[in-house]
Amino acid sequence: MTLEREDVEKIAHLARLAVAEEQLETLRGELAGILRLVEQMDELDTGDILPMAHPLEMTQRLRPDLVTEENHREEYQAVAPLVENGLYLVPRVIE
Amino acid sequence: MSELHQKSLRELGEGLAAGAFSSVELTEHFLQRIRNHDPALNSFITVSDREALRQAGAADERIQKGEGGPLTGIPLIHKDIFCTHGVKTSCGSRMLDNFISPYDATVVEKLADAGMVMLGKANMDEFAMGSSNETSYYGPVRNPWDTERVPGGSSGGSAAAVAARLAPAATGTDTGGSIRQPAALCGITGLKPTYGRVSRWGMIAFASSLDQAGPMARSAEDCALLLSVMAGFDERDSTSVDRPVDDYLAALEQPVKGLRVGVVKEFFGEGLDSGVGASIGEAMKVLEGLGVELVEVSLPHSRYSVPAYYVVAPAEASSNLARYDGVRFGHRCEDPKDLEDLYKRSRAEGFGAEVKRRIMIGTYALSAGYYDAYYLKAQKVRQVIAQDFRNAFDQADLLLGPASPEVAFRLGEKSDDPVSMYLSDIYTIAVNLAGLPALSMPAPRAHGLPVGLQLIGNYFDEGRLLNLAHQLQLATDWHLQTPEGFE
Repeated sequence: MTLEREDVEKIAHLARLAVAEEQLETLRGELAGILRLVEQMDELDTGDILPMAHPLEMTQRLRPDLVTEENHREEYQAVAPLVENGLYLVPRVIE
Repeated sequence: MSELHQKSLRELGEGLAAGAFSSVELTEHFLQRIRNHDPALNSFITVSDREALRQAGAADERIQKGEGGPLTGIPLIHKDIFCTHGVKTSCGSRMLDNFISPYDATVVEKLADAGMVMLGKANMDEFAMGSSNETSYYGPVRNPWDTERVPGGSSGGSAAAVAARLAPAATGTDTGGSIRQPAALCGITGLKPTYGRVSRWGMIAFASSLDQAGPMARSAEDCALLLSVMAGFDERDSTSVDRPVDDYLAALEQPVKGLRVGVVKEFFGEGLDSGVGASIGEAMKVLEGLGVELVEVSLPHSRYSVPAYYVVAPAEASSNLARYDGVRFGHRCEDPKDLEDLYKRSRAEGFGAEVKRRIMIGTYALSAGYYDAYYLKAQKVRQVIAQDFRNAFDQADLLLGPASPEVAFRLGEKSDDPVSMYLSDIYTIAVNLAGLPALSMPAPRAHGLPVGLQLIGNYFDEGRLLNLAHQLQLATDWHLQTPEGFE
């Protein structure tokens, strides 16, 4: 399939990546090239094949519902860009 | 007595235990080599010299009390993808240039508990996305065999530093070949274990169903010593496998006569450099001399591994990298006008071009209406590729081929063409899709540059991989060769 400029803009929005207008065409070409590589898969008939989500036959482990983590808030927030009174600050969302 | 930086991990451990040198002396020796040689290579993002000397002092005390183990007091470097408490953990990205990890990765913790001394953090492709170490925010790493050439990637700093004898050992991670391809291009030994064998906790996630950590060092014996410590169940990693760790050191000494090794037909076709092919052929002759039986095997669908990988890995990456939003940690843009602007500009400024391409491919593959055509299709192709390996292991104990189709390429040679860069992992990626263990070890050089022989094992057969690699290294000296200027 072909990839249009508008597709690139849409993908960039879904991925929350700002893309400058003048980069769109280059990016479109690069992504289209990668998709051409990916689409080589279509040569292979995979009709009855079971999809493989995980390399090993494993089921998710369960553990007892116990508190195992201590509070590390101060330590974890020490690397945050902007915090106040234990809260992460972002631009106002609700006017 | 050979120079300290030419000693194997076993020799270093014996020297430390016997008091021939102290861990502080050994650590200072390597720190001095890093100061002398790393400006030409750029293999480190961070040199943690003060912390290293403190750890070395503690190791010396432990050895004096008779409480040391085989690795106590020996220095190593960690790929900068592993979280290290109190030390910058950048993952090669501007996004995490200001990130000081509040905890240690399990791998880091286990090697520290064994008494190993961390010299610093190794340069790498940004978020482990690359095959040349050119996508790092901290600049490319140079190959010590020819500084105009790349070391491979993404664990390029780890490989270059070990090859240049700036550290006796390093950790790496391998999502599509990121341990084996740089090990091949720098002439060292690197092992990617079975998926789930080594804990991923504290290892910054790229593609969660493919990522696996492993040792990078100069020999199979060194890798066996490291893997013995790194491997094992970790309840903090939900994909960690609860299964006893084999005795890799005992495995090294097993006889290899009569072992059946499958030569993968598809890895010797079009696209393989003839010098690399001849080098692998020489290694095969030595293996036959050891009594190994070589049989031809086929992985008929291996050509679809790169296409399938470039759906699965970017899809998982787009999800994993959604956490970098400029809110809780990492880079944040200046003066965001609203929340969406904060997300979009922080991510656009924090991520480099290759990471953005992969996030966008993954986002596209997972977006409404495209899931079946890309992600579901890729998972089916993945099954076909895993089945190829199951068939091959009916005929052989281990598989063999080159790790990379060519020797180290020049800086800039492939960096403008993502697809040609992706194809440099053509012999390594299928292994990750199947979740198998594999290693790369030096074969005779071609065009004056290192060549990697790849051995692939069945699930959890790391012992047998290391066994054959060790026996081959006992019979040859390819792994002992040192790049000029770094002897």
